[in-house]
Amino acid sequence: MLPTLGLLLGCQLFGEVAARGLSLPIPGPVLGLAALILILWTNPPVAETVRTTVGVILANLSLMFVPAGVGVIGNLDVLSGDWFALLIILVASTLLSMLAAVATFVGVSRLIERRSE
Amino acid sequence: MNGVTSLWSYLSTTPLTWLTATVLAYLAADAAARHLGNAPWANPVLFSVFLVAPVLWLTGTDYATYFEGAQFIHFLLGPATVALALPLWDNRDTIKRSVAPILLALLAGSLVAAGSAILLARAFALPTEVILSLAPKSTTAPVALGISEAVGGIPTLTAVLVILTGIIGAVTVTPLMNLLRIADWRARGFAVGVAAHGIGTARAFQVNEVAGAYAGIAMALNALLTSLIVPVFVRWLM
Repeated sequence: MLPTLGLLLGCQLFGEVAARGLSLPIPGPVLGLAALILILWTNPPVAETVRTTVGVILANLSLMFVPAGVGVIGNLDVLSGDWFALLIILVASTLLSMLAAVATFVGVSRLIERRSE
Repeated sequence: MNGVTSLWSYLSTTPLTWLTATVLAYLAADAAARHLGNAPWANPVLFSVFLVAPVLWLTGTDYATYFEGAQFIHFLLGPATVALALPLWDNRDTIKRSVAPILLALLAGSLVAAGSAILLARAFALPTEVILSLAPKSTTAPVALGISEAVGGIPTLTAVLVILTGIIGAVTVTPLMNLLRIADWRARGFAVGVAAHGIGTARAFQVNEVAGAYAGIAMALNALLTSLIVPVFVRWLM
């Protein structure tokens, strides 16, 4: 568990330093993700070292959003008089975005499969 | 009585109390969600919030005090994002074969997420700073806050809208995809990752490992794309 935690934190730290140092518009952890992929690429056995701990973390990803979620309850007044419109917009926009993404993904995949046949 | 009061004044201010409360609430919420067969509406984030918030309200605890304990969990979001590298690595062969669908679906999902939010908010005649706060709602919180600040939105409002979007996406993705009869886990996961960032990704992992991997890719790529397109959209559509 500890080697994995050290590796994850090290990658994140690298990502934060790179993002700030090069003033990139990408969050540090996302660059850290890219760094870990590079490590796995050059040293595949690392995958087995980190598998158990990473599995536990990703299976409980929801836990990490609880503190921010609780913050929402205390800040609901920022929605003020617009809350009803905002709720409708959020639901509609989220559904539309998922529809656009899934239709494109499935459509392009089928097109490519048909061509390669 | 005095002893009880001083004990409570210790408990209510020590980070340990609220760290423990957060973990216990999540364990109960997760157990409940499993018991309900991970039904779409049985969202562990939502359930946990509903357990913790009344306790804070009843004990008169402010968010700053709560966060002193909860920050240790909040902090894990960073390492957890890095950890998404493993499912991406495991699925590298299928990912290599689906580069075109990934990039085009990213473009479609990201453009529609920001564009529809701005246009709908304009149709509802919402104040400008509210529209600007809404535009980056589908991307992961740290990026969304940065974009909101850069274009003139209200970061606190953006934070609330981002979390609500995540929960809406996580709750609606399964019924929506089942309704459309989408059997491709890559497409299902990707859609929820692009529209509903990490909370959507957490839902995807709950349902299927491949869906989770693709949700993770979508979330990471969308963080990058949204920070590029929202400033442009704001100039065009406002």
